[in-house]
Amino acid sequence: MTHALIKGETGEWEMVIGLEVHAQVIANSKLFSGASIEFGAAPNTHVSLVDAAMPGMLPVLNQHVVEQGIKTGLGLKAQVNKYSVFARKNYFYPDLPQGYQISQSDHPIVGEGIIEVDLPDGSTKEIGITRMHLEQDAGKSVHDMHPSKSYVDLNRSGSALMEIVSEPDIRSADEAAAYVNKIRMILRYLGTCDGNMDEGSMRADVNISVRKPGDEYGTRAEIKNVNSIKAMTQAIGFEVNRQIDIIEDGGEVDQETRLWDPVKLETRALRSKEDAHDYRYFPDPDLLPLELTDELIERIKATLPELPDEKKHRFMNEFSLNAYDASVLIAEQNRAAFYETVVKTAGDAKLSANWVINELLGALNKAGKDLDDSPVIAEQLGQLVARIVDNTISGKIAKDVFADMMESGKDADLIIDEKGLKQVTDTGAIEAIIDEVIVNNPDNVAAYRGGKDKLFGFFVGQVMKASQGKANPTIVNELLKNKLS
Amino acid sequence: MSLTRDDVKKVARLSRLRMDDQQLDELAPKLNGILGFIEQLSEVDTDNVEPLSNVARSTLPLRDDVINDGECRDAVLANAPESEEGFFAVPKVVE
Repeated sequence: MTHALIKGETGEWEMVIGLEVHAQVIANSKLFSGASIEFGAAPNTHVSLVDAAMPGMLPVLNQHVVEQGIKTGLGLKAQVNKYSVFARKNYFYPDLPQGYQISQSDHPIVGEGIIEVDLPDGSTKEIGITRMHLEQDAGKSVHDMHPSKSYVDLNRSGSALMEIVSEPDIRSADEAAAYVNKIRMILRYLGTCDGNMDEGSMRADVNISVRKPGDEYGTRAEIKNVNSIKAMTQAIGFEVNRQIDIIEDGGEVDQETRLWDPVKLETRALRSKEDAHDYRYFPDPDLLPLELTDELIERIKATLPELPDEKKHRFMNEFSLNAYDASVLIAEQNRAAFYETVVKTAGDAKLSANWVINELLGALNKAGKDLDDSPVIAEQLGQLVARIVDNTISGKIAKDVFADMMESGKDADLIIDEKGLKQVTDTGAIEAIIDEVIVNNPDNVAAYRGGKDKLFGFFVGQVMKASQGKANPTIVNELLKNKLS
Repeated sequence: MSLTRDDVKKVARLSRLRMDDQQLDELAPKLNGILGFIEQLSEVDTDNVEPLSNVARSTLPLRDDVINDGECRDAVLANAPESEEGFFAVPKVVE
């Protein structure tokens, strides 16, 4: 239950949130020019005369970006529109040399869709997608390099963005975070956006209003400059309280664009109201309508990978995992593939999941390493888990072996061999150890037999210690019970 | 449809065009004349006719996703009134 109501002075309030996610399309070149979109180049180098909006330059649409857009639409289980139109969205800003952004308005390339988001309590919720369109990114203004000037870098100008607009279905900051996470995951699975929020290749605008539950929608404010999931959560928290305070004090919320200030942790009004949203859209006369064929859409559909939700449900069915474990494992494609290799080698799906999630990911996290740089590869971890499954070593010894593997990169079998860690399953050998423990602890034996059941753990511990941890615990338990009774 | 003087003022401001009062007084009736002229088109019965925004009978040309442009910073910055360290330098625009 994340449908959080906020207590105000006049009763409870509900927040209504819709998100616009801007995702930079993975491609080599820009939406309408042949300049590179590589991040981090020297200022104004990845700029063609088209991106700089020199007179007479004409935009030519990038076919690969169109295909990426179609792929994303299919991945969002959305309608792909065979007819879409590029339009000019007019506004003035120094990092927008054309004076307009080429975007899509009445006829976007992708229409309505739906995604399932995973909430922190393990439940899921469906969030509607209103539309997705292709548009140009703007350049970047740098305000802190000169006391009285702003510097403009057009490297990003004209890069392709997908703007994914959600329905106002989101009712809490948790749901908003879950939604952005799921969009990010789907785009990364599809290979249409790298989802890197630090480099700005994924950004979100947040539309927020508040209302008394059951009422009509209130007036919304749009929050920009929300560059991480943490910032989004903070911005939502601030903005909701600001709006409730205004209404409870008898005022009205203005429909306006507000900027999130990550230093002061507040939102403030951005553009003057009278100019707001007066973009004067019209079809771009430089570009004909984009018409897609069924053949192209079908061809792209055939290349779709298994998507996160499908994978999650398959893991739950095929491997009998719970929803939480499954969603951790499918969060990244390489992690899911790693897990599947471990299972294939080890056999035990649940035990493999525990080892990947708790031991491997934990150790990598501690070492500050990515899965791709893991010293232990999937087959090796699979072999280790297999040795627990076939009783060669106990789970406890396996942890020592694993630590050694992370250190040395050696195979589990080699370490078990070298260190002589193979579990003792020979009942005769274990019985001999038990007999010795019984002889050495006559007082405890008497106490146990006198009814002090708790001492059983003591004996197990002594036997394990005497065997240097190598005795099979199940056999130890069984034999001990017989000998002590 | 008719444009008021305020409409003209607003559109001019959105386009960053400076208009003095006299220009606004002159422009409003001129623009209304143009709009009136265009409005004659609405006399044509267009029921059941698909809107047409382009008369070219070709389809949208597409380009392959290859890098074959850019890397021409000197040309990009050549007409800039001011540039520093490879950036365009403009009056500060912090909001």
